[in-house]
Amino acid sequence: MKIHEYQGKEILKKYDVAVPVGDVAFTIDEAVKAAEKIGGSVLVVKAQIHAGGRGKGGGVKLARSYEEVRECAGEILGMRLVTHQTGPEGRIVRRLLVEQGINIARELYVGITLDRKRARNVLMASTEGGMEIEKVAAETPEKILKEEVDPAVGLQQFQARSLCTRLDLKGDALKNGVKFLTALYKAYIASDASLAEINPLVITQEGHVVALDAKINFDDNALFRHPEYEDLRDVDEEDPMEVEASASNLNYIKLDGNVGCMVNGAGLAMATMDMIKLAGGMPANFLDVGGGASAQTVEAGFKIILKEENIKAILINIFGGIVRCDRVAAGVVEAAKNVDVQVPIIVRLAGTNAEQAAVILQDSGLKFLVAKDLKDAGEKVRKTVISDR
Amino acid sequence: MSILVDKKTRLVVQGITGGEGTFHTRQMMEYGTKVVAGVTPGKGGTYYEGNEKDKLPHPVKVYDTVKDAVKKERANASVIFVPAAFAADAIMESADAGVKLIVAITEGIPTSDMISVYEYVSKKRARLIGPNCPGVITPGEAKIGIMPGFIHKPGSVGVVSRSGTLTYEAVAQLTARGIGQSTCVGIGGDPIIGTQFIDVIKLFNADRKTNAIVMIGEIGGTAEEEAAAFIKKSVNKPVVGFIAGRTAPPGRRMGHAGAIISGGKGTAEEKIRVMSEAGITIAESPAVIGSTMEKLLHKKVKAKKSRKKIRKPAGRIKKNVSKI
Repeated sequence: MKIHEYQGKEILKKYDVAVPVGDVAFTIDEAVKAAEKIGGSVLVVKAQIHAGGRGKGGGVKLARSYEEVRECAGEILGMRLVTHQTGPEGRIVRRLLVEQGINIARELYVGITLDRKRARNVLMASTEGGMEIEKVAAETPEKILKEEVDPAVGLQQFQARSLCTRLDLKGDALKNGVKFLTALYKAYIASDASLAEINPLVITQEGHVVALDAKINFDDNALFRHPEYEDLRDVDEEDPMEVEASASNLNYIKLDGNVGCMVNGAGLAMATMDMIKLAGGMPANFLDVGGGASAQTVEAGFKIILKEENIKAILINIFGGIVRCDRVAAGVVEAAKNVDVQVPIIVRLAGTNAEQAAVILQDSGLKFLVAKDLKDAGEKVRKTVISDR
Repeated sequence: MSILVDKKTRLVVQGITGGEGTFHTRQMMEYGTKVVAGVTPGKGGTYYEGNEKDKLPHPVKVYDTVKDAVKKERANASVIFVPAAFAADAIMESADAGVKLIVAITEGIPTSDMISVYEYVSKKRARLIGPNCPGVITPGEAKIGIMPGFIHKPGSVGVVSRSGTLTYEAVAQLTARGIGQSTCVGIGGDPIIGTQFIDVIKLFNADRKTNAIVMIGEIGGTAEEEAAAFIKKSVNKPVVGFIAGRTAPPGRRMGHAGAIISGGKGTAEEKIRVMSEAGITIAESPAVIGSTMEKLLHKKVKAKKSRKKIRKPAGRIKKNVSKI
């Protein structure tokens, strides 16, 4: 789960991670009010969207008076912000973060995330603050410093000290850096995060260490332990169709293709998408209907897929292992009757009672294209996509 | 021989009295698995016969702790159907009780829990399969997990996969061609899993009954690449590989918690490239996993024959990259 920068900073603050003084604003007036509350001669107005690269896209502006804050807020609020992470369509900015300006001496990078290979959390740091860490890792891997956390004891002070000295922090900055990293690790663990990334981490002229930006992602598997995160969700940042699908408990991701698909199991769903492409089409979505594939889930799936305008065909691919295919077939027939489907529906059911399932589909009076195996399903997708050209 | 599981395996089911636990215990027993005990805290000392929907073939003794089940029934493997919030504790209980093979079916265990579990299980020298996996089956002998037994056939191809239904698809394709399986292992779709591709492939490589291997990976992480490096160096058995997720968009979690391309890493293209370089025969489409293995085995047999009769040409065996 992703959250906004300002929400991430509120969490960090709770665990004594140093962040600039700031406040969220939904309107221009709120932005000015926030600025007045913060005070100071330099203020920063930052667009809040779930994507990086906001500065380059014109979503972060400096203001030297409350009047300038008003101007900046007016320019950014409502703008379509395009960054390398949003895609060409960009995102509409609906929220702002107004912050005090910081006296920057150095910009660094720190992040905590899971090292899958080692099955442990790893604290990463780099002197290349403000740059994309993936780019640093690819071009100058020696500039990424790491400390692996032993799960038995957690992050130790000496590890934080080691990282800070390797970042060339001295005196107060070293002390503050160790304090910062220790607090950041505490926040990461306590909030069940999957990523806590501070880029840039700023060392001020005075030797303070401050999180200028904050990207916090939560582990979806741990959300049940944090009911309070529901309030942090911003559905404006999600695809409307995905929001609707999640309301019906469907595991759905919208894509841009012309063949919709409904599959049981995530791996088979991905493989089916790949097969659609090999057959000359493009998958319009990822949709895992889960083990059951009942009439209700299939119906909900149809409704979601049919909202996509460019659909030329729908492929249903169910491997009925423990679920019986005849039951799935009955569900598909019922759902197809309830929803007006104008495009060809290719159905491939394999496993228990697959023969009976084929008979149910053939006798339904509805025009299903019944595929005898996965290869045949691919052929049928190919024919449908080609005949439509 | 086979790996991990056989008819002698003595299984304890953790969470036996739950809906899922009951259903799959019945399925496992009917397949021939020796279920020697169940664990449900608070119900120790009773015999469990199943529920209205699923009657077990015979009653199973229930214990309060895994330790009791190990002591009284000599259980040496466990399977976990405990809800995600309590699954980490259940896995560690099993490891502490001395169970050497722990299969965790549960989906949705928090990553922070799994970090501790991984550490603990390694210390106790137990093998954890999963979590978020279909389990392990040695066809014709026993199954520990939720896979449909009837699609399998005893034989000599080892199957290892991060997926559930996609594995069933591959197995069904093999069986339809008369190609049986030695053991099939679903290692799970989470970012932290107890047993990786490389671990299972090492076991298959050492297993005299396994003559060939099917490896089914997907986007996310680098486990496929690590296994490929081992295969290149140490495996002489033919390997067919498939990677799901060529059309998956970067940065999105594709159903499985571990199936995500992050920071340009873990793409299908990269995995396929590394696997091809390691000599693994790649099935281009999920529809041809079975036929690709069939051709590869055919090629191997021909190669053996042609070694005996040196002059005889090997025939049309070159093409093994199949199309739809």
